[in-house]
Amino acid sequence: MTKFVRSLAAAAVVAMAPVAYAETTVRVAYDADPVSLDPHEQLSGGTLQLSHMVFDPLVRWTQDLQFEPRLAESWEQIDDTTMRFKLRSGVTFHSGNPLTANDVDWTFDRLKQSDDFKGIFAPFTDVEVVDDMTFDLKTAEPYPLVLHTATYIFPMDSAYYSGTTADGKDKTEIVKHGDSFASRNVSGTGPFIVSEREQGVRVVFDRYADYWDNGSGGNVDKIVLTPIKEDPTRVAALLSGDVDFIAPVPPTDLKRVADADGVDLITMPGTRIITFQMNQERVEAFKDVRVRKAIDYAVNNAGIVDRIMRGFGTVGGQASPAGYLGYSEDFAPRFDLEKAKALMAEAGYADGFSITMMAPNNRYVNDDKIAQAVASMLAQINIKVDLQTMPKAQYWPTFDERAADMMMIGWHADTEDSANFHQFLTACPDEATGNGQYNSGNYCNEEADKLMLQANAETDPDKRAELLQKLEGILYEDAAFIPLHWQNLAWGAKSGMNAADIVNALNFPYFGDLIVETGS
Amino acid sequence: MFAYLAKRVIQAVAVMFVISLIAFAIQGNLGDPLRELVGQSVSEEVRQQLRDELGLNDSFVTQYLRFAGNALQGDLGTSYFFKEPALDVILKKLPATLELVFGATLIIVGFSVPLGVYTAIKPDSIISRIIMGLSIVGISIPVFLTAILMIFVFSVEYGWFPSYGRGDTVHVWGYWQTNFATADGWMHIILPSFALASIMLPLFVRLIRAEMMEVLQSEYVKYAKAKGINPWRIYFVHALKNTLLPVITVGGVQIGTMVAYTILTETVFQWPGMGFMFLEAVNRVDTPLIVAYLIVVGFIFVVTNTIVDLIYGLVNPTVNIARMGA
Repeated sequence: MTKFVRSLAAAAVVAMAPVAYAETTVRVAYDADPVSLDPHEQLSGGTLQLSHMVFDPLVRWTQDLQFEPRLAESWEQIDDTTMRFKLRSGVTFHSGNPLTANDVDWTFDRLKQSDDFKGIFAPFTDVEVVDDMTFDLKTAEPYPLVLHTATYIFPMDSAYYSGTTADGKDKTEIVKHGDSFASRNVSGTGPFIVSEREQGVRVVFDRYADYWDNGSGGNVDKIVLTPIKEDPTRVAALLSGDVDFIAPVPPTDLKRVADADGVDLITMPGTRIITFQMNQERVEAFKDVRVRKAIDYAVNNAGIVDRIMRGFGTVGGQASPAGYLGYSEDFAPRFDLEKAKALMAEAGYADGFSITMMAPNNRYVNDDKIAQAVASMLAQINIKVDLQTMPKAQYWPTFDERAADMMMIGWHADTEDSANFHQFLTACPDEATGNGQYNSGNYCNEEADKLMLQANAETDPDKRAELLQKLEGILYEDAAFIPLHWQNLAWGAKSGMNAADIVNALNFPYFGDLIVETGS
Repeated sequence: MFAYLAKRVIQAVAVMFVISLIAFAIQGNLGDPLRELVGQSVSEEVRQQLRDELGLNDSFVTQYLRFAGNALQGDLGTSYFFKEPALDVILKKLPATLELVFGATLIIVGFSVPLGVYTAIKPDSIISRIIMGLSIVGISIPVFLTAILMIFVFSVEYGWFPSYGRGDTVHVWGYWQTNFATADGWMHIILPSFALASIMLPLFVRLIRAEMMEVLQSEYVKYAKAKGINPWRIYFVHALKNTLLPVITVGGVQIGTMVAYTILTETVFQWPGMGFMFLEAVNRVDTPLIVAYLIVVGFIFVVTNTIVDLIYGLVNPTVNIARMGA
């Protein structure tokens, strides 16, 4: 199908023909396809990419990380713990059912049942339906991230997903590792309907004829999504014209894609930070802030981005990327070898010590090469590193065991908010709350935790920014972890597709808005 | 004969038991499947609960007995990723792999015989030297590198062939979709078939050449030449027939190796066969699918080896079947 299906060029030819009917097909290759058609089964990039095509969120992120109304037309805070949303009228699901506040209520309840999503929705208590087109989203405490979280509410067709299947299974159920109605059938309000799906091989999307958003000018009739896991093959597919849009473009091929004719490279700083954590329980020296700072000073972040990432990363001195509330330019990346050596001497470790280090070798871009570079940089301040890298499948259980003195972890905040980094990566580990779940450094600072709690209850953005920047400042002064860089994002697209308009730092391209030049 | 057959069947069952035990033992060391099944911020408590539900916290013996019990009833478990019985997933992917192996076999047979014979007849010609030199290169370059090079030369630079996937397939029967019914399907299968053949082809050229040269030295060929028989008849009828016997024996054994190479070829070409599926399953820690694949492939090996042994005995009566079984 892929090659002989009417391609963009063919569509242009057809457009010129007397019959004024043109079908615009875009062939997309990602490195993975969604694991399920159920939007609540797994919280992953693949699922969210699918949700933005087949469903529609209440609100969504713009390219400059602002909120944009989608199914929710407007919203207002009516008291400390209640946000009232007005739904857009005239929106229908693929099944033909109209969208009402009851669907939102139903979807909210289902999200609360989902293992992957319930964490994000923990601060929320209820959706109260006011009338068909109005509902209140309620939290237990004043909560600043109501709109952030609303980007995760993709209303599902409650009538369609209710009742039982022919073999007596509940259509509502979320099955994590098995077969369920929702994992194979889908009805959303989104710009595309799934017309064909062979998992791991191909998903075909057709434009939903009654899609509500006619204002965007999106003109793509059909999308064929193929997962192509191998980087060289994915790039070759784009360069040879077998597909029109790929993501991600691997760092090794950036120049190739940028230089090729008829193809555009689109890049953007991402929001995933890559870091190293220093385990204070395993290494006595790591308890000394001077040693941690010395390590931070010894690691040449800019060099890593320049040499290993080939410039394809944004050098970081903190967890929050620019655009997040906690971000401040004051927390600049440290690099000064002389200072590092002086700090080591001051702490009484001029002769250094030996540590173990672990990193994955297939999880983050160039992860193993980065770890090797960091290990050799630490050798310059007499820290001898015994480095071990392994595939992510083996790495995560090892990470949970805190099996090495320094471990690599990258993190993208689900909430697109600074507090999320702290909650998982640097907060005092606490099994009851789940805080510090990925804090393999066992770093613990109660003042920082207090600031996070305050920030999570502060609804005034200015005050919140102040709190979060103070929090980042503490982590910076403490050298709580070694920040390296934020991975950049890269897409490759056929020229004239206007693909740059629909991509964003969250990596959910909005294909519904894509305006392909059908030219003539 | 019957006693021998019974012995071989018992041997085959024992081998299958060992394979299943090994496959099952490996899966515990592949990593934690839960990491691939849940998002990054899911709590350890929920993960533990899911592990319980999946039975991953049971002892090895309990898990194996449960697995073996189900396997005897034809149930090799359910793939985490495909959410279907693992055996169904594999059977759906099998035709794509078989067609690829078939395509590669055609290329190997079609090229190795003329090239092997030519280089044996004219060992000192320039062309023979080039062929032999290239065959060394072919053997030395890993399959995935050959595949990537082919994609960049023939898909990206020249645009002659598509770069990935199976293209237009036509449904034949059951799970079987064929590539050989449409022009697009043919275009898609050519590059991957050549990539898969790239290791085996030089091997067979060299093998045929060596065997052929030996045969050409033999007395009966010299006698035939002396009698003045047309040299082409000598080469292609008298000599080739005797050359091919050992080649076919080796070829049967190499089919198994070819299945292994499909993993690399299919991954690079995004060919939706079971080799590609297997590598993906390893990445996703889809343990039921991994175990099922190993068992299915093990089964194919055991069955073909048994059949090859039996046929060998029938074809060559000097092999004492009764003693082979002992």
